[in-house]
Amino acid sequence: MLRILFAVVRRDLLLAWRRRADVFTTLAFFVIVASLFPLGVGPEANLLRTMAPGVLWVSALLATLLSVTRLFAADYADGTLEQMLLSTEPLTLIVLGKVMAYWLVTGLPLVVLAPLLGVQFDLPQGAIGVLSLSLALGTPALSLLGGIGAALTLGLRGGGVLLALLILPLYVPVLIFGAGAVGADAAGLGAGAHLLLLGACFLSALAVSPLATAAALRIAME
Amino acid sequence: MTAPAKALAEKLPESRGGINWFKYASPQTFYPLAGKLIPLFGWPALALALVGLYLSFFVAPTDATQGESYRIIFIHVPAAWMSMIIYLAMAFWCAVGLIFNTRLSFMMSQALAPTGAMWTFIALWTGALWGKPTWGAWWVWDARLTSELILLFLYLGYMALVAAIDDPRRADRAGAVVALVGAINVPIIYFSVKWWNTLHQGASVSVTSAPKMASIMLAGMLVMALAAWAYSVAVVLVRVRALMLERERNTDWVAQLVESSR
Repeated sequence: MLRILFAVVRRDLLLAWRRRADVFTTLAFFVIVASLFPLGVGPEANLLRTMAPGVLWVSALLATLLSVTRLFAADYADGTLEQMLLSTEPLTLIVLGKVMAYWLVTGLPLVVLAPLLGVQFDLPQGAIGVLSLSLALGTPALSLLGGIGAALTLGLRGGGVLLALLILPLYVPVLIFGAGAVGADAAGLGAGAHLLLLGACFLSALAVSPLATAAALRIAME
Repeated sequence: MTAPAKALAEKLPESRGGINWFKYASPQTFYPLAGKLIPLFGWPALALALVGLYLSFFVAPTDATQGESYRIIFIHVPAAWMSMIIYLAMAFWCAVGLIFNTRLSFMMSQALAPTGAMWTFIALWTGALWGKPTWGAWWVWDARLTSELILLFLYLGYMALVAAIDDPRRADRAGAVVALVGAINVPIIYFSVKWWNTLHQGASVSVTSAPKMASIMLAGMLVMALAAWAYSVAVVLVRVRALMLERERNTDWVAQLVESSR
C-alpha cells in the first residue's frame, strides 16, 4: 500500500524537477502579490505589521488556487489518469500521493519563503516563527481541499474561475485560523489555540478530501 | 421506461412488502404527483403570507427599543431559516442520489438550489436594511453575516458547476460532491467565523428555553416561516417538473404527455 504512495510521490516530484519553471512561477506569483499590497496601501510600518498575516495568507491561498489546476491536468491530457483509475491500487492513495508531491513542490517553498516576506512587512521575530508554523500546518490543508476542486473542474470550459468559486469558500476556516494565529501572537494572546484548530482543519481535510477527490475523478472520467 | 424495467417495477412492491418508497423515485410517476402537490402548497403559501404580513404589520406592537424597524425580522428570520434548511435538503438529496443512483434526487437538489440562494440573498439584504438603523452600518463583519455570505457563495458555486458541465450525469454527480463537501464544511465555517469575530445577537427563539419576545411577534414570525416553507415547496416542485420534462424529453411518457395535452 505504501509502495504505491511513494511511487506516485516520486514520479510527480521527478516530473516537477524536469519542469522546474512551473514551480518557480507559483513562488514568484506569491512574492509579487504580497509585494503589491504595500504599494497599494502605503508603506506605513504599523499598518503593514497588522496587515501582514492576512496579506501573506491570502497570497498563499491565491498561489495555491492558481497552481492547483495543474494537479491532474497533465495526467488527464496524456491518458495517465485513466490508467491510474484502472489500476488495482486504491485511487484514494494515488490521489494522496499526488497531493503530497504537489504540496512538496508548491506549498513547502511558500512556507520557506514566508519569513523573508514577513521581514519585508516588519513582523517581529516571534510572529515570523508563528507565521511559518501556521503556513506549514495550513498549506497542506489548502492543497488537499484544492485537489477536490481540481478534480471536479477537470477538462471544463472556464475551469479556473469555477475552481475559485468552488474552493475559496472552503478555504475560509484555514484562512481565519492561519492568519488568526499570527494576529493572536502579535496581540500577546498566544497562538496555541489557533494552531491547534488549524491542525484540526488539516487533519479533517486529510480524512475527507482524498476520498472526495477520488470520487470526483471517477465522475469526471466516466 | 423499457418493458422489462416496467415489469420489474410492478413486481417490486410485493417482493418488498409494505410501502414502496421507490415508487415516486421515477420521474414518470413523480411528475403527476408533483402536479397535484403544487396547489396544495402554493395556495396555503399565499394565505399564510397574507395572514403573517397582517399580523406582523398591523397586530404586532412597536418594539420598545428598536421602533418600527424591527418588523424586518418577520421576513429576515424565516428567510435565514430557509436558507440553511434548503442547503441541508440539497445535500440530503445529493447523498440519496449518490447512494441509490436515482436521477430524480439530483433533479430535486438542482431545483432546490436557486430557491435556497434566493432566501440567502433575501436574508442578507433584509439584514442589511435592519442593520443600518439598529447597528448604524449596512454591513459588519460579524460571524452570522459572514457565514451566511459564505453560504451564498456555496450555493453559487454549486449552481455554476452544474451549469458548466454539459453531460447531465457528470453534472449531477460533480454537483453532489460539492454540495456534500460544503455540508461538512458549513459547521466548521460557522464556528471558525464565530470565534473570529462576533456581534450578532444570540438566537431569540429556541426550542429549549422560553422565547425572549412577545407571543404575538412570535406568532407572526412562525406564520411567516410556514408561508416560506409552503412557498419553497411549491416553487421547487414547479422547477423540478420543468427539469424532469427537459431531461426526459426523449422518453415515451413525455411524448404521451405532450400528445394528451394537445
